[in-house]
Amino acid sequence: MIAAANASFGQQVAFWVSAGVMAASAVRVVTARNVVHAALYLVVTLAMVAATYAELTAEFVAWVQVLIYIGAVIVLLLFGVMLTRAPIGREALDNEQRMVALLAGAALLGTLVAVLVDGFGNNKVDLTSASVSRTAQLGAPLFSRWVIPFEVVSIVLLAALVGAVALARKDAPARRAASPDRR
Amino acid sequence: MTLNYFLLLSAFLFCVGVYGVLARRNAVLVLMSVELMLNAVNINLVAFGAYVDDPALTGQVFALFIIAVAAAEVGIGLAIVLLIYRNRVSVNIDDVNLMKW
Repeated sequence: MIAAANASFGQQVAFWVSAGVMAASAVRVVTARNVVHAALYLVVTLAMVAATYAELTAEFVAWVQVLIYIGAVIVLLLFGVMLTRAPIGREALDNEQRMVALLAGAALLGTLVAVLVDGFGNNKVDLTSASVSRTAQLGAPLFSRWVIPFEVVSIVLLAALVGAVALARKDAPARRAASPDRR
Repeated sequence: MTLNYFLLLSAFLFCVGVYGVLARRNAVLVLMSVELMLNAVNINLVAFGAYVDDPALTGQVFALFIIAVAAAEVGIGLAIVLLIYRNRVSVNIDDVNLMKW
């Protein structure tokens, strides 16, 4: 009983720490005045999302988050920052509709909070060690029940890969003719 | 733990992403805000997956699919941003209004 209470307390502490860091760094992602700083705050946010998956007993999703998001997506975004000009300063990075955007975000948050509190109240989610979903437990449904969507996702990834290469190719002759002012 | 903690956290993350998409002018930063929103959705899926205690782990499988599609999206998105930069020497999305009106 005491051990269970302690585990629950540890879970609470882990949740609030990761939630606080995630919220603060997410706000910094959308307010930072330097694109590289925003990308680095996004790393912190994504790491805290991975921690949240671990708190929700989803170990494989947590590691996929670390590998794909922090490993691949952030590197892609940093390459994007590197290859485009990354200006510094609020006026270069934000547009004039900041207040409208803030209002829209706040209104959406208020609506979502009201709906969630009304709809799910005090429902508990079971996060004891018995409910931990191991990687093998995830792999079995992934390759039996969800195998067709899994293959479709791999085709999507292949199409995206080909599309990205086709778009970003530098020496496409048609585009060279179309944009004579290219440097 | 209370399910709503995770849902409210993901709602906050989603709204921060909405603010970023609406308020940012640099296309790379808009893509980063979209990533925030996708992560909020993933937290929701995994939280509901833990809540309903499904033996097929549907929530986690869907989260994996969304992560894969998000990786494809950011690859295509950055290729488009790179192309815009190459043609206009700027990634200011307020200036790209060719298909707007």
